[in-house]
Amino acid sequence: MGSQGGFGNSKEFLDLVKSIGEARSKAEEDRIVLHEIETLKRRIVEPDIPKRKMKEFIIRLVYVEMLGHDASFGYIHAVKMTHDDSLLLKRTGYLAVTLFLNEDHDLIILIVNTIQKDLKSDNYLVVCAALNAVCKLINEETIPAVLPQVVELLGHSKEAVRKKAIMALHRFYQRSPSSVTHLVSNFRKKLCDNDPGVMGATLCPLFDLIAVDANSYKDLVISFVSILKQVAERRLPKTYDYHQMPAPFIQIRLLKILALLGSGDRQASENMYTVVGDIFRKCDSTSNIGNAVLYECICCVSSIYPNPKLLEAAADVISRFLKSDSHNLKYMGIDALSRLIKISPEIAEQHQLAVIDCLEDPDDTLKRKTFELLYRMTKSSNVEVIVDRMIDYMISINDNHYKTEIASRCVELAEQFAPSNHWFIQTMNKVFEHAGDLVNIKVADNLMRLIAEGFGEDDDTADCQLRSSAVESYLRIIGEPKLPSAFLQVICWVLGEYGTAGGKYSASYITGKLCDVAEAHSSNDTVKAYAVTALMKVYAFEIAAGRKVDMLPECQSLIEELSASHSTDLQQRAYELQAVVTLDAHAVEIIMPSDASCEDIEVDKNLSFLDSYVERSLEQGAQPYIPENERSGMINISNFRSQDQHDTSTHTLRFEAYELPKTSAPPRISPVSLAPSTELVPVPEPSYPVEMHHVASVPSVSDTGSTELRLRLDGVQKKWGRPTYSSPASSSSDSTSHKAVNGVTQSDVSSTSTSRTRDSSYDSRSAQAEISSEKKKLAASLFGGPSKTEKRPSSTSHKVARSTSPAVEKSQGPKAVASSTTGVVSEKAAPLQQPPDLLDLGEPTVTSSASSVDPFKQLEGLLDPTQATSAANHGAVDNTKAADIMSMYSEFPPSGQSSVIANPFTTNAGDANLIPGLSTTNKTGHAKGPNPRDALEKDALVRQMGVTPMSQNPNLFKDLLG
Amino acid sequence: MVNKQGQTRLAQYYEYLNLEERRALEGEIVRKCLARNEQQCSFVEHRTYKIVYRRYASLFFLVGVDNGENELAILEFIHLLVETMDRHFGNVCELDIMFHLEKAHFMLEEMVMNGCIVETSKANILAPIQLMDKAS
Repeated sequence: MGSQGGFGNSKEFLDLVKSIGEARSKAEEDRIVLHEIETLKRRIVEPDIPKRKMKEFIIRLVYVEMLGHDASFGYIHAVKMTHDDSLLLKRTGYLAVTLFLNEDHDLIILIVNTIQKDLKSDNYLVVCAALNAVCKLINEETIPAVLPQVVELLGHSKEAVRKKAIMALHRFYQRSPSSVTHLVSNFRKKLCDNDPGVMGATLCPLFDLIAVDANSYKDLVISFVSILKQVAERRLPKTYDYHQMPAPFIQIRLLKILALLGSGDRQASENMYTVVGDIFRKCDSTSNIGNAVLYECICCVSSIYPNPKLLEAAADVISRFLKSDSHNLKYMGIDALSRLIKISPEIAEQHQLAVIDCLEDPDDTLKRKTFELLYRMTKSSNVEVIVDRMIDYMISINDNHYKTEIASRCVELAEQFAPSNHWFIQTMNKVFEHAGDLVNIKVADNLMRLIAEGFGEDDDTADCQLRSSAVESYLRIIGEPKLPSAFLQVICWVLGEYGTAGGKYSASYITGKLCDVAEAHSSNDTVKAYAVTALMKVYAFEIAAGRKVDMLPECQSLIEELSASHSTDLQQRAYELQAVVTLDAHAVEIIMPSDASCEDIEVDKNLSFLDSYVERSLEQGAQPYIPENERSGMINISNFRSQDQHDTSTHTLRFEAYELPKTSAPPRISPVSLAPSTELVPVPEPSYPVEMHHVASVPSVSDTGSTELRLRLDGVQKKWGRPTYSSPASSSSDSTSHKAVNGVTQSDVSSTSTSRTRDSSYDSRSAQAEISSEKKKLAASLFGGPSKTEKRPSSTSHKVARSTSPAVEKSQGPKAVASSTTGVVSEKAAPLQQPPDLLDLGEPTVTSSASSVDPFKQLEGLLDPTQATSAANHGAVDNTKAADIMSMYSEFPPSGQSSVIANPFTTNAGDANLIPGLSTTNKTGHAKGPNPRDALEKDALVRQMGVTPMSQNPNLFKDLLG
Repeated sequence: MVNKQGQTRLAQYYEYLNLEERRALEGEIVRKCLARNEQQCSFVEHRTYKIVYRRYASLFFLVGVDNGENELAILEFIHLLVETMDRHFGNVCELDIMFHLEKAHFMLEEMVMNGCIVETSKANILAPIQLMDKAS
């Protein structure tokens, strides 16, 4: 209270604060601040400003910066203030400087001197102020200037100084670990400081050190455990207690450290079991802080070498978190579950429904956390459901950052666990459609490869089915606007390769679609290139099949346009297409074999097909070829490399001279003779300007992406496809066999079940049961737990999924009601949950807040019947009212307020004042109720200052703690 | 610290951001938090870190933490700060913080250093501030 005496500030300052406080919009606030900047610029340079006044100016500068404006004109005055003899002014100066400047600012050099001086001060508060500044302002270069003094202060008689000196060293460690390597032992020493504050602070640097190198600190396990034990046994001073918990923040940090030290170390972990178990038992699970410590225990337990008893205790806590009505606890529960699930996967089963509830919760934070859990528990048996859900969610959000994250997770899971190629393709399509520009381009390559390779085995019909389904899905999608470029590339490639393969679609239909794509994306050269090459393939296949090619007029015009394109790549492709179309069927078939994108291309390195030509030339008197190295007498290995470079840069200008021809030139595909192959070699991009060859190389230009990738990946274990598919034992193969007969079984089961549900739907209870059985189904498909039923619901068959046996449905009844009525419960639960936040001053929260709920409701009913009846936003309104009502006793009845303000909160508050009696009854239950006299005094004082509570922002006077 | 209208009342950073970055960041996170209702949980993800927030009457307290942090503990840390301010000012309200911005900062300086919680004893936090009050 003593601090309030008159506020010690000038009218000017009060006016500023008042006007900022009452500003109703950012624009108004900006105007005030800009005006303030003008004033300060003028006033601050006046001569002989009294020190107190100067301090006020500095605080005003802090305001200016805080509200987002530049106050650099006044920095120098803040720096000057750090020289002041008065402690308060000095500390204010340091504060302002730390708020204004980053550690590399030019003015810092002026402060280092002052800091050095202050570190030597006799007044320990001055030393503390300087150490605070050290933590903020000293950069790597200036560390040596203060380091010796800081080290000396570690032995200071005042614990506050020792504590801050430790933190200063911590700061140096953060900035430049090498600067303090020789001082690390000090942290160990200070852990045993007899002041708990110093010990607690020391845990910060130790945590950082242990996170980097746990092995060097294993010897401290015993010390940490014994400290934690003492803390838990309440050996620390009472002042560290928080809501009846002994030093919870220190406990949490110790648990974090133990988690690091015990990770993968059985011996160290065994030392911790007892103390962690004790904390599990001792923690007060009704308070937030108790739960925070419990959560940290779970983190610790799931990190150290597993212990069955502790895991059990952790699982109990998790289930309590998940069953709680508080979203915060649910969030912590989900997070804890995803940590523990790595060690004991079976615990997820009992929480199925709770997890599903969280997944369907409108709260985005909770939902996202739950997806993280699902991501961690994905296996081949539940991947379909999880990825489907993830994609739905991905589609629903706008934030690119999270979209990218979820898309890449979908891809990762799909690649790892895909039950079938067909599903994989469908899933990838969805991901591409909705987040194509955000995913890695490699994903597109993989998808094309999969479609081309199919099952990779002898099952040709399955491959064909796969491809035709891919083609169909792409033809469906292709018309959509705004498809991402990577996806369009895949579409073009697949249509070119397989569009006409099944005979289902005519060439003119496919080419028409491809032309549309090229036209619709005329600004995207890559897409156009893919489209043109796809066109060429379609035509080539037509010719090879002996059919006559009628190029569509739009296609012709497209080709003409592209042959004059600025992009040489597009030009080349267009010319190649024109050339291919004029060839006869035999040649085309060789150039562009159908469905050969993943055939290995045989290369005759010896160029034996040229032998006859060479012989003929020699006979005609040509010079025999002399290898290059013989000619120059040099063994030129680097030529190989330059050759490679040459390959990769075919499309760019080259500035060095062309090399001489040599025998070791990159092997080419033989367009004319099918000479017996000698070797299999990856085909580099052809680069030789031989006319004939040029045409021959056409297919590989378009296919390089996939072919090269394919070859490079040979021998790499397949991520999807048969092997993984069949390996996860019987469960997954079961599921697909069901799928196979889905069509039949689903239809008749669903008919019976829907009729049944219709019968029972009179009863609202069973309707709820129905909803929850759907949930249950989902749960079963996610967790594959005991409630797993005969049929796995696929994403689209949620309704069918109701076909549980009546017995199951019934047994699920009460539970289901409980879970699905959360909507109803939460309305009641909300006031229960929120008031503790505001009122929670140590008394048992459950009872007191429960009793305080009713008066609010009554009050609300009395005051505002219309609002009371609208149950929808009950919860929210309740809470804010609670807060307002609690604190409004301190206000004078605002005259004419209701006419000014449209804000529902404040009108309610105004109403509350009319019935002060009611609001005071609410306070009776509180141990530390707010003192009305205090508030009145303060209010009177404020009024003297010229700030009237009836002005626009009465909230300014509201007690934060109610 | 932000009020119900999204106006900043106190800001402290433990990693340097320039004015523009601060302005943008504050705008973004305040918008996110103010849009939430009271049943939703008090945590919001923002880029690579999380915001833990808590409302007291007209004021919102927002704390940005990295992923390793215990959200519930941060939530209680906010309450500890408010309790500490309440002990010092007596029925602390928004205006107390506005008039005594530097004191609110001093308290925070005692409690958090280098982005770590270093002191949680109210007596220890307030001792230097009371001594300063006496001296001046």
